[in-house]
Amino acid sequence: MDEILVMLSYGPLGWGDEILKGTMMTVGLALASLPIGFALGLLLALAKRSSEPNLRSAANIYTTLFRGLPELLTLFLVYYGGQMLVQRVVGLFGVEHFEVNAFFAGMIALSLVFSSYASEAFLSAFKGIPRGQYEGAYALGISRVKTFFLVILPQLIRLALPALGNLWLILLKETSLVSIIGLADLIRYSNTAARVTKEPFLFFSVACAIYLVLAVVSSYGLSHVEGWAKRGERSK
Amino acid sequence: MSGDNTMNSTSESASGQQAVLPPMMSDSRGWTAERIIGTTWLFLWALGGLGILWFLLDSNNVALSVTWAEQFPYFADVRLTADASFLEKFGGKLLDGFIVTLQLVAASLVLGALISIPTAAMRMTTIKLLRWIAYAYVYFFRGTPLLAQTFLIYYGSGSFQAVLKDVGMWWFFRDAWNCALLAFSLNTGAYQAEILRGSIQNVPKGQWEAADALGLSRLVTFWKIILPQALIVSLRPYGNEIILMIKGSAIASIITIFDLMGETRRAFSRTFDFQAYIWAALAYLIMVETLRRLWDVFERRLTRHIGHH
Repeated sequence: MDEILVMLSYGPLGWGDEILKGTMMTVGLALASLPIGFALGLLLALAKRSSEPNLRSAANIYTTLFRGLPELLTLFLVYYGGQMLVQRVVGLFGVEHFEVNAFFAGMIALSLVFSSYASEAFLSAFKGIPRGQYEGAYALGISRVKTFFLVILPQLIRLALPALGNLWLILLKETSLVSIIGLADLIRYSNTAARVTKEPFLFFSVACAIYLVLAVVSSYGLSHVEGWAKRGERSK
Repeated sequence: MSGDNTMNSTSESASGQQAVLPPMMSDSRGWTAERIIGTTWLFLWALGGLGILWFLLDSNNVALSVTWAEQFPYFADVRLTADASFLEKFGGKLLDGFIVTLQLVAASLVLGALISIPTAAMRMTTIKLLRWIAYAYVYFFRGTPLLAQTFLIYYGSGSFQAVLKDVGMWWFFRDAWNCALLAFSLNTGAYQAEILRGSIQNVPKGQWEAADALGLSRLVTFWKIILPQALIVSLRPYGNEIILMIKGSAIASIITIFDLMGETRRAFSRTFDFQAYIWAALAYLIMVETLRRLWDVFERRLTRHIGHH
């Protein structure tokens, strides 16, 4: 029992500090991918609602692609494919060697996947907004842009939040894949610790426990955010 | 099916809006910003597709050679040549990997379904302990990454090597295939249990009460009235779960299983030929899209009596 505590302790003897660093990396990657995925997802949903068929088709190709590919493969395509493409481009300028950062590749890949799923969440949220909201805003003389940001978007976020919250939990779990291309995240450090100490079960259990804690904390936070988004409804 | 619905209702409401609001853009479809963006984007997709096609042809040294002649028809010989050494060497292996992926997914889904039935029952029982155990199982497997679960079982079992050897179970955990199958089955079992439970509890209470009023036993009510309705509701989430499993199965390659992803990684690490990943992407996309379309047809057929289409 004491041995286990030493192994998990914070400091040079234990792996506590490494695990904490890895956890920060996991959360950091998820947090970095979230805003990009969110914004892209909203734009995709707008594109899919467009009356312009070309725009709809283009957006649908995007989601078919990134919802159909395994996340691991998307990551490899971005990481290795990006590496080769960037190498070829910077090679023209005489740069000998260039390495794509694992964090950056992970962020791109996770954002691509998150945005395709988020676009579906936004799309169904759009369906929950009655047409009268647009008409009312128009009757008040509010411009199209202002109508979207001040009237539609707040309701849209409220309606999409439960689905987006789910996607956030999935995103947190998917960051684990980036450990495979070498990002020093929770899984990567657990793997190293497991190999060095020869206690794989202990360290992978700890990793799982930390993912569970992150999920619990997220759910708690999300229910607060949902309450905040619904504050307009409560007074009714 | 719901995709088509979305499309119709959105375009309807968009055109409806145009009718209510005064036209903000001319009715004849001119080059609006949306159209320019959409067309450019579509053009870029087409360019990307052609680029990939060119890359694949180029990687396999596909060439068209024409020998010209003096008189009509001016060419003596047209020959399509290729040097597909990558495909000759790894094509068969990739195909084997594809089969392994299908086997792994099918086996996991079936085992998961078997696990899900008692789990869903336990989630709905009045016995607190059983309910708690099922809840903990479901929460753990839905709350942690599949990769961590796979590592926990495959590497983690090493911590209990002595014990497992004593009880004669070590042969099972030594094999990566068994560990992946166990991890995937437990994972999809947890998700399937929730799908099952959700759809059963979704059936209105009045259905139970009406059956009770007719004097039907609870067992008959469940099998003949509740379950058929629940399964129809659960069709879509089940389809999504299969797709998630196909995509998630790529993780097996990390613990040295040569499924489609595993064979792809091996081929890439030997040749650094990026076409390995392109072929894998095409295979996964075809698998997922085929399943999605088949499932749509299947669902439409099974729900045709409801007529909500």
